[in-house]
Amino acid sequence: MEIKADDFVDITDVVCPITFVKAKVAIEELEDGQILEVRMNEGEPIQNVPRSFKDEGHKVLNVINNEDGTFTVFVEKGGLEG
Amino acid sequence: MSFSNEQLERYSRHIILKEVGVKGQKKLLNSKVLIIGTGGLGAPAAMFLAAAGVGNIGLVDFDAVELSNLQRQIIHLTRDVGKPKVISGMETINEMNPDVEVTTYKEWVSSENISDIIKDKDYDFIIDGTDNFPAKFLINDACVLTQKPFSHAGIIRFQGQTMTYVPGQGPCYRCVFLNPPPPDAVPTCKQAGVLGVMGGIIGTIQATEAIKYILGVGELLTGQLLTYDSLKMEFRKIKLPHNKNCQVCGENPTIKTLIDYEQAVCELKQS
Repeated sequence: MEIKADDFVDITDVVCPITFVKAKVAIEELEDGQILEVRMNEGEPIQNVPRSFKDEGHKVLNVINNEDGTFTVFVEKGGLEG
Repeated sequence: MSFSNEQLERYSRHIILKEVGVKGQKKLLNSKVLIIGTGGLGAPAAMFLAAAGVGNIGLVDFDAVELSNLQRQIIHLTRDVGKPKVISGMETINEMNPDVEVTTYKEWVSSENISDIIKDKDYDFIIDGTDNFPAKFLINDACVLTQKPFSHAGIIRFQGQTMTYVPGQGPCYRCVFLNPPPPDAVPTCKQAGVLGVMGGIIGTIQATEAIKYILGVGELLTGQLLTYDSLKMEFRKIKLPHNKNCQVCGENPTIKTLIDYEQAVCELKQS
């Protein structure tokens, strides 16, 4: 299923904890229900950033392994709330 | 306003918090806090508010730094002895966080100037870091009359106390303490001594209250007096009701203008 993102952020250029900080800055710009596409590195970012999104009430819709050491994660803002 | 990469990194531990986030950190950067007294309480409060990125900090103090201050007033350094406290405080804040704009008021608060100082930048929250009853009642009355929230605190020996006033939410300082004690009835910390860390504990709680008020999160010490006994290592929270007969915030207030109470003789400057 193709997911259409409303915004995109690349957090492969920063390390923990700035990874989630940068992702969080991007998602706070969106409205509830909108979708953010996040490109992140394997390892610590892919282990922690999706979980942090869930903790804050956002829904992780899909995780795609790009097979180049990065992952693309689609997150719906506020998707776990209400 | 969007964050620079430096700001993202500086405030990352805040932004990660769900209760703060980007919006909360922006609120802090856009907020204005007035700190009256740059001593035992005001020094740590000012430093943590500056580190937190409170964008505008006002410092009020007429005193100059003395060697005997340095045991607890950690915003001032040995090289600052003799310098006005507001200047010394501003220099420390400037070195700590360039995002913070400091306004200095090198004066004692009185009925003549306190409302103008509060209105100068239309401060969002006021911290009472003073060491005497006339100033504490003056700050309370001024905050009630201008409808500004503030944090009261006092420290002496191994004890401290603090409460928070928010207009319309619980008692003011005068609801609880009515009037200042007679001059010289209560020892000042100059006469009685104070453990240096007391200002750190209580002043930092005051900074916490200011930050929570600005963010709009959690529960404040409104309607509650927090007391701390460091010898017994005991915190207590005492519930306090609003006094509908309060002279300044009650249903029929009799105090409509500010009062300058007499200061204890030993505290008057000899100059």
